Amino acid sequence: MSEMEVLAEQPDVGQKGTVVRSHVIKKILKNPMGAIAVALLTIVVLMAILANVLAPFDPNFANIGKTLASPDATNLLGTDSVGRDVWSRLVFGARTTLLSAILCAVVAVGIGLPAGLIAGYYAGKFDGIANWVVNLLMALPGIIVLLTVRAAFGPSVWISMIAFGVLLSPGYFRLTRTAVQSVRNELYVDAARVAGLSDWAIIVRHIFSVVRAPIIIQTAIVCGVAISIQSGLEFLGLGDPTVATWGVMLSEGFKNVYLNPTLLFWPALAIGATIGALVLLGNAVRDALEDAEKIKPAKRGSVQALGGRTAPVRTQREAVEAGTEHHLVKVSHLGVGYPQADGSVKKVVDDVSFHVDRGEVLGIVGESGSGKSQTAFSILGLLPEAARIVGGSIQFDGKYTVAPTDDRVSQGRLSEFRGKRISYIPQEPMSNLDPAFTIGHQLVTPMVRVLGISKAEAKARALKLLDDVGIRFPEKTFKAYPHEVSGGMAQRVLIAGAISCEPDLIIADEPTTALDVTVQADVLDLIRDLQKRLNVGVILVTHNFGVVADLCDRVAVMQDGRMVEEGDVRDILRNPKDPYTQKLLGSMLEGKEPMTMLVTAGGPEDEKEEVL
Amino acid sequence: MVTFILRKIASGVVVLAAISFLTYFLLYFSSANIARNILGEFASQEQVTAKELELGLDQALLPRFFAWAGHALSGDLGTSWFTSEPVARALMTRLPVTLAVVITSIICIAIIATAIGMAAAVKRGWIDKAVQGAAVIGDAIPSFVMAIILVTVFAIQLKLFPATSSISPDSGASAWVLSLTLPVLAIVINGVTSAAQQIRSAVIKQLEKDYVRTLRSRGISEREILFKHVLRSAAPAGLTVLSLQFIGMLGGVVIIEQIFALPGMGALAVQSTTMGDIPLVMGVVLYTVVIVIIVNLLVDLINGWLNPKVRVS
Repeated sequence: MSEMEVLAEQPDVGQKGTVVRSHVIKKILKNPMGAIAVALLTIVVLMAILANVLAPFDPNFANIGKTLASPDATNLLGTDSVGRDVWSRLVFGARTTLLSAILCAVVAVGIGLPAGLIAGYYAGKFDGIANWVVNLLMALPGIIVLLTVRAAFGPSVWISMIAFGVLLSPGYFRLTRTAVQSVRNELYVDAARVAGLSDWAIIVRHIFSVVRAPIIIQTAIVCGVAISIQSGLEFLGLGDPTVATWGVMLSEGFKNVYLNPTLLFWPALAIGATIGALVLLGNAVRDALEDAEKIKPAKRGSVQALGGRTAPVRTQREAVEAGTEHHLVKVSHLGVGYPQADGSVKKVVDDVSFHVDRGEVLGIVGESGSGKSQTAFSILGLLPEAARIVGGSIQFDGKYTVAPTDDRVSQGRLSEFRGKRISYIPQEPMSNLDPAFTIGHQLVTPMVRVLGISKAEAKARALKLLDDVGIRFPEKTFKAYPHEVSGGMAQRVLIAGAISCEPDLIIADEPTTALDVTVQADVLDLIRDLQKRLNVGVILVTHNFGVVADLCDRVAVMQDGRMVEEGDVRDILRNPKDPYTQKLLGSMLEGKEPMTMLVTAGGPEDEKEEVL
Repeated sequence: MVTFILRKIASGVVVLAAISFLTYFLLYFSSANIARNILGEFASQEQVTAKELELGLDQALLPRFFAWAGHALSGDLGTSWFTSEPVARALMTRLPVTLAVVITSIICIAIIATAIGMAAAVKRGWIDKAVQGAAVIGDAIPSFVMAIILVTVFAIQLKLFPATSSISPDSGASAWVLSLTLPVLAIVINGVTSAAQQIRSAVIKQLEKDYVRTLRSRGISEREILFKHVLRSAAPAGLTVLSLQFIGMLGGVVIIEQIFALPGMGALAVQSTTMGDIPLVMGVVLYTVVIVIIVNLLVDLINGWLNPKVRVS
């Protein structure tokens, strides 16, 4: 890693799990890479501390009578071209190397950390100036600067390392500043301020704990880079010639490479092993803090056993269930789960069955984490990588897209339908358009690919579609980039995209949730009009019974991954049978939207939402 | 767009001025015995004083700096104190060698790292693990140590490449290729894995974006999504890493050039700083910073081209 990348590297900074505690140290040691790193570093540190004991000779003691000798009992690793003991020099070299790495890191932290704290916490003018200086320092190639510093101050390892520490301080500065900025406006920091804590106390108590871990990681990397640069300078012969260092040893070995190439081996090994150990240590700390839970992919069979629910084993895989061929979509006993670190499977959709016919609107209603979006994405075949189908099947127009024994949605089978006969209207309009391409481009390409029409034809159709979805200046919008239009417009564009290839089924995932209330009604009207005109089937995923009442023919109510009730929309609105539906409706009729979990039924809510 | 470029150039000029002054300020302290060093031990005190007057060493820092800056602005970087060669000419004969090494290296790194990074992001599995593992090795062995290993194995033991090279701008293409292979290889091995890792995480970040799911829902093929949409959005992150690597290389190549005895800027930098040849040091620093500024400007321009949001503002 070059010195510049240290400045670019931004370890993830956050509040979760960044506090270094003893269990983190345990985790590092349990990680084989971390254990190797710690062991190697311990050896190097011991070599440095015990150099006087371990080295049989003074590092500069030259036995002129015994040059370039092979290893023997006196000179464990042999001697160099002037008869100095290689082992002794290696051991003393560890001392210089470690001290210079520490000096460099201390200087870099000493400048970067306080500056980052101040810039992040108080912002203002200091922040501006500091950022300018940081950009200046980052535009400097390290070694050129160090050569200049050497020209000015003479050949001193320590001055070079202080200068290099200054050059590396922007890494700490940016890290600290980002962390502080993200924490500064947190509620608990506000609370601390209101409680009368001084700025200093807040910084120490709340902010320091956040930046501590990233700084440890950064320091491991910085030490590695410092060692590499320091050895490089020594190798160039720019260091203090009286000090034994690994770089000088490399240089000495390189000069005698034709006579005795093993002289190169030991210092190269020492440098590589030490920097490698630091890199591994940094990685191990990061892994320990990330609490990386390795998710093992589980086979469907084992999943079912663990899930405690056995789906009937079918003999005919591809056969369509009798009497259901006429349904556009039929979901039978669908289960979706996420394998966990401990080998179990967290089910987010459990035994869900429903069907949709042509020209029919089905609403799937439920709160966040009820599994309604996961159900919808199963039909689209767009579940996250980690998701597994743990039961049931899905048929589209009489063909299986998820066969009863599949543990994942078959992309091959779905690509036949997706974008052609099944389309999708997403929830958040802005993030669902690629910011780098014009709206026109994003409408035209699918039509060219799916319908096989020419670009000109597709453009004419796109303009017509934009007009159809109520955009006033189709030409202008066609040429616009996503960031140039409003959220409501973007959602109309996405609806235009969804109907562009004349689908039979549209899956709309909370299509109005992210929009302003005034725009919501317009978009719902648009969906209703299009649905009637094109006679498509629609699955509308929503948490809002108002939307259901407005648009849907039938409704399915979901809670905690299960379907609690399904039926004609009028029947359910008038006469809900399930207590959960009653509660949902009750909260609706009071003119409020459900903001919190109404009925908690086990399982931490936020985990599920991450999946959605 | 034009104002965007002008603003970048203006800030570049400010940076250049600041660094020039800072360097001059540092070197000012090292120029005490310079006249004696140039003339040698046996020069008389009068000769030394005369030389000091000639070089303007009797003047204070600011007048000296502004005299240098004035000449530099008019394109005159002065002559080396030790060899009397014009600084601009010395640099122009060395620059092609250094640029050949770093530009070839950065292009190789860009291509290989993008391929590996994308493969690791999309396929995960063993490719991903191999990249992570290789990254540790790439990070652990500094490029100059790698260069030493390569020279020892491929030039000295196997004799496949020249251990030292004496290329000049007039040398033939095959001489350049033979001379540059090992230096470029050393730099690429050191840089490619960490660049690949950064590109990997940038691609993964883009693959998780909502718009990718919507593109999939529209029936766009996985390949088109990856190469047209994801790669484009991940490119700025990759470019930033590559530009930082490039800047780092301008420093790291100094040592590499020494190892391969390449007649590039590096040798000039080492030689001029050890001797205190201020006009030459200033020339090296100036050229290096100008290259850095140009690279950063290019990166900004490409990012502007890739991202319409930046382009408009």
